[in-house]
Amino acid sequence: MSEHTTYQPTNGVEKWLDDRLPVVRFAKEHLMDFPTPKNLNYWWTFGAILAVMLVVQIVTGIVLAMHYSPHVSLAFDSVEHIRRDVNGGRIIQGVHAVGASMFFAAVYIHIGRNLYFGSYKAPREILYIIGVLIFVLMMATAFMGYVLPWGQMSFWAATVITNIFSAIPVLGDPVLQLLRGGFSVDNATLNRFFSLHYLLPFVIAALVALHIWALHVPGNNNPIGVEVKSSRDTVSFHPYYTMKDLFAIVVFFIPFAWFVFFAPDILGHPDNYVMANSQVTPAHIVPEWYFLPFYAILRAIDFNILFIDSKLGGVIFFGGSIVVLFFLPWLDRSPVRSGSFRPMFKWFYWIFIANFVLLAYLGAAPAEGIYVILAKISTAYYFAYFLIILPLLSRIETPLPLPVSISDSVLGKAHS
Amino acid sequence: MNIKKSIIAAALLALSMAVPAAAQEGGHATPEIQKRTWTFSGIFGTYDEHQLQRGFQVFREVCAGCHSARLLAFRNLAEPGGPGFSEAQVKALAAEYTIADPSAENGERPGVAADRWPSPFASEQEARDANGGSLPPDLSVMAKARGTTQPFPWWILNYFTAYQEGGPDYIHALLNGYHEPPEGVEIPEGKYYNEYFPGHAIGMAPPLADGSVTYEEGENGSVPQTLEQYSTDVSAFLMWMADPHMASRKETGFRVIMFLLLFAGLMWATKNRLWRGVEH
Repeated sequence: MSEHTTYQPTNGVEKWLDDRLPVVRFAKEHLMDFPTPKNLNYWWTFGAILAVMLVVQIVTGIVLAMHYSPHVSLAFDSVEHIRRDVNGGRIIQGVHAVGASMFFAAVYIHIGRNLYFGSYKAPREILYIIGVLIFVLMMATAFMGYVLPWGQMSFWAATVITNIFSAIPVLGDPVLQLLRGGFSVDNATLNRFFSLHYLLPFVIAALVALHIWALHVPGNNNPIGVEVKSSRDTVSFHPYYTMKDLFAIVVFFIPFAWFVFFAPDILGHPDNYVMANSQVTPAHIVPEWYFLPFYAILRAIDFNILFIDSKLGGVIFFGGSIVVLFFLPWLDRSPVRSGSFRPMFKWFYWIFIANFVLLAYLGAAPAEGIYVILAKISTAYYFAYFLIILPLLSRIETPLPLPVSISDSVLGKAHS
Repeated sequence: MNIKKSIIAAALLALSMAVPAAAQEGGHATPEIQKRTWTFSGIFGTYDEHQLQRGFQVFREVCAGCHSARLLAFRNLAEPGGPGFSEAQVKALAAEYTIADPSAENGERPGVAADRWPSPFASEQEARDANGGSLPPDLSVMAKARGTTQPFPWWILNYFTAYQEGGPDYIHALLNGYHEPPEGVEIPEGKYYNEYFPGHAIGMAPPLADGSVTYEEGENGSVPQTLEQYSTDVSAFLMWMADPHMASRKETGFRVIMFLLLFAGLMWATKNRLWRGVEH
């Protein structure tokens, strides 16, 4: 995909540079001239939105780290100090905290788009797997970031989540102590979480570079899932998609700003304004909303399976709910990418989305009564979707006829 | 096809019946705390200076006897968006307090505007000893550390109304929630029954009663000297203490969102003009 450029060095300096380090050529090829299907809808703008969110989080995070003290006796007050006394601190801290939620909102939409339009299918498996890796690292980063303000939820989330690792046979306890830097969540935990919370975003940035590289080899998938056939099917990335993405980014910033300025605490939990106290357990330990579906899966396994006790079982399903994503390209064998041309898939897809929202609701609900049963059914559907429904559908479903090309489909739409 | 549709319909029906049933099951004895109207409610809300000054009086004369507020500095009381005391008033107020300072002669000195609010007790243990074993929590961010819950689906509305006043709603309810324990409820020695406190047995004696704080006569007549009024005023003050820059934050937010809407409109027009020649 490197032969689409019309780049000609215009003067001696550019020519000199082009022979040694062709960065200008690279930028022209990949950021401007890159041929992009012309039928991408707004669901495709979330890639650019996510890139911007990563930058927002890194920039605000670096400023916050200048004023934050990762010590158990200072952390809570230093975050308040940022909010109260640092110039612009209340906005920067608000953007960073709300930004985490917006980042996850965008990533869930991005993943949802990928699942519906079959973007994970050949030849984009590596692109997709890097994406799942980024998602996993995002979760780790967000979790450790949530611990830093050292409120009650920070502390107890750290305790509950690190405790998950103790369920691993044999290695459990050493791993747990390594994560915590001791026998319980304490200053050493806070320090290593701060260090890793600063490191991981840069690892994510590196993976994003690979993600985009892997995107630029086969090029974008598109809403009809038919590969680009000719240059008639595409437009150059710039200015067509730079403008469309920028518009979407500005629109995305509106709810973002709404939360930052008008309701900065609504996405968090009041208990996190109480300083961490290992002697007092909060009535309900609830993770941030973006972890709720997976938390529900963790809690749904409250029974022993043969020789596996419920704790390890929960961890296996919890880990499995992410691991299964890595195998998705080989579980869904249907040759048709786009859900728009898969009459049966469509139904199961939307049930999957509704089921995921229900899992989030159940993750926040107390583990009692009907909620427990619903969580089990929902967890079962989550796994069945990947392990049973998708493999089966690719055998029994008859897809609708596909358009010949992107241009054909676009013209059909315009004249029908 | 039909079988599949009916299975889905049945599943949806089962879900729609299960969810309300589940919601009812979570009921407990604590009555629901009603949302109140505050001057700082909503996206245009700001603090009422007079109310904050009254609330500060209640805080200073009553709450601060047992509760610390370690994040409040005297200077905050003169900062814009707050109770609106003058710098001279704050200086004079701070000087009334003695601040423990190991670097001063005899280990203490009169307070200055930059000092933090002095704590009533030197240590946690001292605070517990003076309060029958209970620790009066720090009030600096108390108004954000408490909240109310609304049943599903009503809490979804909160995201659209920017409801951030759960803390003062709870504190107001708590201060008005002292009653004789209902029959069959045993309250341990030294504890008090409060219908809004989790577990209902609270270590804090009813702190306020009608007439317990004397408000100065204002120009516009007098403010009622009742428990209801005190608790409203002090809840507002605690909200300000927890979120002292709320007014300027909302003001900035209004400008930011106006800008973004305008910018989005221009981007939309630009994008459309650009794409006009492309069938897509």
